[in-house]
Amino acid sequence: MNDLALRRTSLHDRHVAAGARMVPFTGFEMPVQYTGIVDEHQAVRTAAGLFDVSHMGELEMRGAYAAQVVDYLITNDASRLVDGQALYTACCNEAGAILDDLIVYRAAQDRWLIVCNASNHAKIKAIFEAAAKDHCEFEDLTDATALLALQGPKAFDVLALAGGDGPNLSTLKAFHFREAIVAGVRCTVARTGYTGEDGVEIFCAWNDAPALWDKLLEVGQPLGLKPAGLGARDTLRLESRLSLYGNDIDETTNPIEAGLSWVVKFDKAMFVGKAALEAVKSQPLTRRLVGFEVTGRGIARHGYVLRDTSGHEVGLCTSGSPGPTVGKNIGLGYLPAAMSAVGTKFFVDCRGKNVDAVVTKTPFYKRS
Amino acid sequence: MTIPAGLRFTKDHEWVKLDAEAKRVTVGITAFAVEQLGDITLVNLDVKVGDRVAAGKAFGTIESVKTLSDLYAPVGGTIVAINKELDAKPEAVNEDPYGSGWMVVVETSEVAALEQLFDAKAYEEHVKSSAH
Repeated sequence: MNDLALRRTSLHDRHVAAGARMVPFTGFEMPVQYTGIVDEHQAVRTAAGLFDVSHMGELEMRGAYAAQVVDYLITNDASRLVDGQALYTACCNEAGAILDDLIVYRAAQDRWLIVCNASNHAKIKAIFEAAAKDHCEFEDLTDATALLALQGPKAFDVLALAGGDGPNLSTLKAFHFREAIVAGVRCTVARTGYTGEDGVEIFCAWNDAPALWDKLLEVGQPLGLKPAGLGARDTLRLESRLSLYGNDIDETTNPIEAGLSWVVKFDKAMFVGKAALEAVKSQPLTRRLVGFEVTGRGIARHGYVLRDTSGHEVGLCTSGSPGPTVGKNIGLGYLPAAMSAVGTKFFVDCRGKNVDAVVTKTPFYKRS
Repeated sequence: MTIPAGLRFTKDHEWVKLDAEAKRVTVGITAFAVEQLGDITLVNLDVKVGDRVAAGKAFGTIESVKTLSDLYAPVGGTIVAINKELDAKPEAVNEDPYGSGWMVVVETSEVAALEQLFDAKAYEEHVKSSAH
């Protein structure tokens, strides 16, 4: 894709003014960092960070049968949700391969919001739109919807200073959401995130995002709030072992081997991929997505080969980076099930050098 | 960003400081390279004192949180010093790229080849075109 085709979020001018380095990302020009990945990472862990994630896809399903259609398309159990509750889930094909990971929001029994990865937007849109046909209404809200993530231990202190309903939002329970006015902007605030910290994700109208962004930064900066880019988002989510689609999970992986069994609810009467995943579940796994620490001198990167201690290729690193908070070089990768136990030693092939690594417990970081 | 005078620079954003009398050059990466890389977390110098290096050949890698970049010998010669401090303190490259962030010293008979590298003014132009 050439640069001319790149889209910009409504916060583009803010990012540039803040000195962000802008990079192409899933068809958008997005900020990868402002002051520096480690600085932004630490801000989120110790105070708060504000992310523009307006590139994400937002789809709405409405009507009497919307709940059933959504539930059929996902592996987790949407029927357990009450109004104002959200759910992390996989979305698989009939072969049990992961098409995307989603957050599904029940606004009402007849109104559902689905948030998908920007990289999968076209694919997921096509699937939900096709499934909706003759059963419920489908609308793609992506172009009209901005999404900010306010994450970190001070996130609710920042919200409380932003006016409107801000001071009341700390009563939201995890994975719950509600309509609110924040900084004069009508929005939907969800207690969700992708950093391992407490915080919220805030949906608002595309053109309202700058007012919200400015206000949150204005009131939040004295508390240590910083704008944070995709670089920090990646190190934060990796330390918390949150999967990244296209790296750790994709159409060559299934939720069972990816460690996402907890979002596959076999007691549901039916869902796309159920039979295939039951077959996977009935057999011993051949491989597992594991977390590891590089104990030698090296940094594992996406795509690096993993070798057993005899030097044989046994797997691939799917994500890897220094972990700024854990202070170690960490990664995720697929290893044979027999090598997936915590403590198993192996090598990461760092461009021809076998560097020592060991399977470790995940998440690498858990907030206290 | 100030580009120090008196150094030579490669297109790969390394700096070279010549001690003509001793026919030795000190090699590091420029402040522009540091800015592009971001937080540097690992400097791997794959050479030891006494190793021969050829001009343009990789002698190590430098890694930031996000990316990995090769280090290329700007001239051929023999490695006579390695900055071991960077093993434990790679951030020195961020903090002081032209000083304590130096990487290797190469003894060379190719001093004349340094004339082919950018001077500060030409390097400034190169940075402008690299920064797009």
